[in-house]
Amino acid sequence: MNYTNIILALVVGGLFGAVLHKVQATNPNKIVGFLRLTDLHLAKVILFAIGFSSLLLFILMAVNVIPTSHIHVKSAYVGVIVGGAIFGIGFGLGGYCPGTTIAALGSGRKDSLFMILGGLVGAWFYVLIYGWLQENMDFLYAKIAGGKVSLAVTGNESVPALIDGVNGAVVAGIIAILFMAGAYMLPNKLRN
Amino acid sequence: MNNSWGWLKSGLILGTVFLLAVALVKPIGVSTQYVIADCFIFCKLNPDLAKETIDAEGNKTYSSSNAYLNKSNGKYAKNSLNISNYGFVFVIAMFLGGFVASKLGGPKVEKEEAWIPHVWRENLGSSWTKRMVGAFASGFFILVGSRLAGGCTSGHMMSGMMQTSLSGYLFAAGVFAIAVPVAIIVFKKK
Repeated sequence: MNYTNIILALVVGGLFGAVLHKVQATNPNKIVGFLRLTDLHLAKVILFAIGFSSLLLFILMAVNVIPTSHIHVKSAYVGVIVGGAIFGIGFGLGGYCPGTTIAALGSGRKDSLFMILGGLVGAWFYVLIYGWLQENMDFLYAKIAGGKVSLAVTGNESVPALIDGVNGAVVAGIIAILFMAGAYMLPNKLRN
Repeated sequence: MNNSWGWLKSGLILGTVFLLAVALVKPIGVSTQYVIADCFIFCKLNPDLAKETIDAEGNKTYSSSNAYLNKSNGKYAKNSLNISNYGFVFVIAMFLGGFVASKLGGPKVEKEEAWIPHVWRENLGSSWTKRMVGAFASGFFILVGSRLAGGCTSGHMMSGMMQTSLSGYLFAAGVFAIAVPVAIIVFKKK
């Protein structure tokens, strides 16, 4: 066992759980309000957080503060969209995500216990049907645009960029500014 | 000081945590740990699901009789046999973080919110059983979807789009295309 890793996990995980609670991502009323478009607090938070972290990430990689080996881009395939849609059913119904429900349980939301239990059963269900899906529904695993790709050049050679030949920090910076501007311009609600 | 943060402060701090995770270790992800927890339990019942073998040179290799757990040189089997790993401890720490934040400064979860959120009660009534069945079903769909997609809100949406991963944008599109109409149809009242 690597103790440095365990300490890092405790610090970053603890911080993440606490911050999810403080930004109210652990509150299903806020999640449902976001999805119903009647309370866009969390939409603004998430858009801004993605833009802000992305901007700093690409700047810090450009000046060699963050090693590009820390980049972990996941593969893009048909199942990412289909899985997202299946995720959306549960997300819209319950108002929790896999992570927020764990911090929510810590904060005293006990219905999270049942959400987590359902999640454990759902994850195991997928483990059991994976072999069958691969054989019978292989279109789900068809890669999109090469799979493990990013829009901006990250500097990590295992991850090809779709927008190649342009400085990655510039591309990511423009996207990041769009996200942050979106967060700023989005009204507090779109519906009543 | 029983209040939460405004959107700008929230976004700055949440973004900083995601950045900190990448800077120190790797991008945040959660949904894989549901598989690891499952395997931790079921591999005790069926040892073929997670096997550790030591080769002639003394290196440990991992494998599983299940195709999914066997993926990427048995990394899921490996992590469930070595449960005190970064990813799993991270998730336990998230629980503690939520606990501490609700105690120190809050917002506290009100008593009538503890089992059934307000928006559910207003729209679907105060039946305890109904909410728990709903929460269970929601968890089921969320994790089937996350595993098919290979990540969830933290791994795909936040960490993914932060790195400008194509998969992050695709996942977000799939999620919101369904979650928004579902929430609008199920929850008519605030």
